[in-house]
Amino acid sequence: MFDFLYGYGPSLLEGGLLTIILSIVSLFIASVLGLITAFMRLSKIRFLEIIGLVYTTVIRGIPELVMMLLIFFGGQVLINKTVQSLGFDVYIDINPFLSGSMTIGLIFGAYMGETFRGAYLAVPVGQIEAARSCGMNNWKLFKRILFPQMTRHALPSFGNNWLVLVKSTALVSVIGLEDVVRKADLAGGSTHKPFNFWIACALIYLLITSVSNRIQKALEERYNIGFQESEA
Amino acid sequence: MSFSIILDNWKLYLEGVILTLQLVPLSLLFGFTLALPLSVLRVSKNKVLNLPVYWFTYFFRGTPLLVQMFLFYYGLSQFSFIRDTFLWGFFKDPYKVALLSFSLNTAAYTTEIFRGAIERLPIGQIEAAKACGMSRWTMLKRIIFPIALRNSIPAYGNEVIFMLHGSSIAGLITLVDITGAARIVYARYFAPAEAFITAAILYLILTFTIVWLFRLLEKRFLSYLKI
Repeated sequence: MFDFLYGYGPSLLEGGLLTIILSIVSLFIASVLGLITAFMRLSKIRFLEIIGLVYTTVIRGIPELVMMLLIFFGGQVLINKTVQSLGFDVYIDINPFLSGSMTIGLIFGAYMGETFRGAYLAVPVGQIEAARSCGMNNWKLFKRILFPQMTRHALPSFGNNWLVLVKSTALVSVIGLEDVVRKADLAGGSTHKPFNFWIACALIYLLITSVSNRIQKALEERYNIGFQESEA
Repeated sequence: MSFSIILDNWKLYLEGVILTLQLVPLSLLFGFTLALPLSVLRVSKNKVLNLPVYWFTYFFRGTPLLVQMFLFYYGLSQFSFIRDTFLWGFFKDPYKVALLSFSLNTAAYTTEIFRGAIERLPIGQIEAAKACGMSRWTMLKRIIFPIALRNSIPAYGNEVIFMLHGSSIAGLITLVDITGAARIVYARYFAPAEAFITAAILYLILTFTIVWLFRLLEKRFLSYLKI
């Protein structure tokens, strides 16, 4: 194994760890944004509804790589111009981890918004009315009625978004993050054995996606208890 | 924002649009053609036929397109049987490598889309076809594909958009597609907002065109499903 990787195994694993951490941080951002977007699109306030619609439509129409380059390089220029116009003579470097996770979170927030909106619409309206008539406030309604049922409906699409998200983190190597793709690139270049490292890199992604699939299946089973027959 | 930069470089962007409009439809065409037989093998109950296709789709759907492209472009150059033979003419050309990796990638996703559609066919349709005495080939041609392909249209529309967006990585192996053009403009003028927003708008236009085309297709082929 280590002969195959010429001693670069630990470095590759380090990159894999960064990929996983970046994915989880981005997933968190995407979920929060997604929830906000879903409720904006479902709200009766026309203005919020339109903002939610524009966000999900525009973001899903632009490639991840272009968004990432725009936010990373464009954000850098924007921040520095702002700082300089305020009279400070400093140059600020944007942290690639921050802008990478923000970009991926921003993109997948749009997909999550659609996921959560669909899940909300799948909860029977009578349940929401019943909760209201029991005197639950918004938070209790969400915690006790909406969340448990939305989870069941959202899980398949949520899991799918997660898999697409993990794969799109491969693009952060372009803005200089030392993820598993970057590590494979460096190791392949210095050993002149690029094939070994690209295969190893692919296998690390396969491992992540396989484990994710298992977890998703288990979660789906857990949240489908009591619905097995009607869902089959 | 100074949009004179974009006006001065419209030819570069046009070149990018043309390349994207070559890469994406060609990959989709190859991928689609490959996915038709693969999906039939994939639903086969014979393990010898179905397992290799399963591994193929598992690998290509479980790893990033970027890694697949690098594996073909940089990885294969490691082997002398590729470097020293006619194969090198193929694998040193970034255009061909991009086309190859995109085609295989979309073939994997499309195979799974078709598989789902075939497996969701009502069993009665197959039984009726068999009762009429159709051979396997006639059944595929007359019953299975016409229905399964129609039902795949919405999912395939998403796949086409994913392929368009996925193709933006072609610029990373020196090709000048839309994103590649934007990166050149950015590097030349250090104007990231102008360069990348222009690319984003071009992709948005293409995406909306695809969405509109698929809506037409659905209207034409799936109108019987609308109540």
